[in-house]
Amino acid sequence: MTLQRYLEDAVAQHGERVAVREPGDVAITYRELGELSDRLRDRLVALGVEPGDRVGIYLRKTIDTVASIFGILKTGAAYVPVDPSAPPARNAFIFGNCSVKVAITESRFEAGLRKHLAEEKAAPELIVIDEAGGGVGLKKALDASPRAPQSATVYTSADALAYILYTSGSTGKPKGVMLTQRNATSFVDWCSETFEPVPSDVFSSHAPFHFDLSILDIYTPLKHGATLALIPEDIGKEPQKLAQLMVDAGITVWYSTPSILSLLVQYGKLEEKDLSRIRTVLFAGEVFPIVHLKALHKILPKPRYFNLYGPTETNVCTFYELPSSIPADRADPFPIGVVCSHLEAAVVDDEGNVVTKGERGELVIRGASVTPGYWNLPEQTAKAYLNSGIGAGDDDKRAEVRWYKTGDIVTEEAGGVYIYAGRKDRMVKKRGYRVELGEIESCLYRHPQVREAAVIALPDDELGLKVRAHLSTRDGERISVIALKGFCAQHLPVYMIPDVFAFHGELPKTSTEKTDYQALMRME
Amino acid sequence: MERQAIVDKVKNYVLAQFLPGEDPNELTPDTPLMTTGILDSLATLKLVTFLEQEFNITVEAHEADAENLNTLDQIADLVSGKL
Repeated sequence: MTLQRYLEDAVAQHGERVAVREPGDVAITYRELGELSDRLRDRLVALGVEPGDRVGIYLRKTIDTVASIFGILKTGAAYVPVDPSAPPARNAFIFGNCSVKVAITESRFEAGLRKHLAEEKAAPELIVIDEAGGGVGLKKALDASPRAPQSATVYTSADALAYILYTSGSTGKPKGVMLTQRNATSFVDWCSETFEPVPSDVFSSHAPFHFDLSILDIYTPLKHGATLALIPEDIGKEPQKLAQLMVDAGITVWYSTPSILSLLVQYGKLEEKDLSRIRTVLFAGEVFPIVHLKALHKILPKPRYFNLYGPTETNVCTFYELPSSIPADRADPFPIGVVCSHLEAAVVDDEGNVVTKGERGELVIRGASVTPGYWNLPEQTAKAYLNSGIGAGDDDKRAEVRWYKTGDIVTEEAGGVYIYAGRKDRMVKKRGYRVELGEIESCLYRHPQVREAAVIALPDDELGLKVRAHLSTRDGERISVIALKGFCAQHLPVYMIPDVFAFHGELPKTSTEKTDYQALMRME
Repeated sequence: MERQAIVDKVKNYVLAQFLPGEDPNELTPDTPLMTTGILDSLATLKLVTFLEQEFNITVEAHEADAENLNTLDQIADLVSGKL
């Protein structure tokens, strides 16, 4: 199975159903999406794109973008989506880094992209859409040149690259996570099994396409003849407009980061909206502060809620369905849950040995959706994976199998349920004690006045290490440091109580709406 | 020296040194200081030096702990017992 086959099958079975919708009642059917992506495939082939190549996508999230994704996949090439709100220099670096043969962009980005591509000494062909939207922009761009000869859709092997997602790299340069067809389809098949989509479903597409949450959004509904409701970048950040869009689009399955759901519950006036069509709420990407989750559950008690967990390198690898009622006194975040059926998990110590059940250790994952590594970074790839005898010989005769090291510290409870304890690289030592910064954040989120909390550790001349908590509050007022430290002392050992508190209107965010820790580290 | 005067002096010192910008009303005679990390080990050393110089007393090493220095009340008891 390949991703392009999902669309071909849906065209055959659900041709006249709406495949993708934009705000303002703009939509495209499966048949139209199939035709438009065929035309782009033909153009790309005429431009010399071959199976195994890469093609860049530098577009705002529109129907044109979805058609571009399938047009590229149909050539047998991999697509490389970049963040349209990121600096053009960064996007040009990415296109140069994986040497895209063609890039699809919009007029508004063209000049910046060309300038920086020249600096990267990269010269891909550009397909420039005047204004992306409704698929009309892409169609016009294709109409502007003589029709390319018809080519055939390529059904690549399961091991062929389907797309590359660039994430921030520790070196300061983005690194490309390579994902194969099998990585994607094994995950989408798991989504089918778990969430049971039907053609009448409407899936939200909140995450940007360069973010791995978009894989569930795009392919799960399209595989089942359901509708994908695109949420443009600007509306995605405005809670009231976003809540209205959820109603207007008739969304039945919602998926986003907890940050967005927290914003929606606080500022979206959800209680005034008819959101009765929503049957499933999925969230992933970070810990959902329990106060906001409870508030959301109170307003929307009917849907099933799932906490999905997994790094880009495995996509979702564990999941947890929340109980239908949340106890009022629950103060801890929910578990990340059990391993998905297409994967296996183990918990290992620093030497790579499986820990005693119940002990803390790093979660490692293997199976069909574990990615082959990073584009052109063999050393970083080698560091990120563990070749181990654990699990070897079970279903194959190999002496070693390859596990992805998530960098996340977990414990395993009864029933194979994993509890998230924090990032391995967020474990610091203060006065000799191991301090998990995420645990301090969980504590701060229990404080009724705290809206957002992010804790960092900084070198300090006097203390060796200074723990600084960055906070935003519900009423925008500072909280007394005495009161905060007193509060922390009820939940944390004294060495874990932050040394310094800093207050913000809101915490800085990355382009994927996660707390921007790099920006916090740079603050004085 | 009156007990209240000791409390006030120590309170002003703790506010100025370790709680800049804090509302003085939040710091009460029974606010825990050491067990909440308001006074960490370094701050405790500074506080002891202050007490010794300000009140001309000696604080023994074994006295510089959360049993004797955790609140303004306890600090005032320790100091007044030595005057």
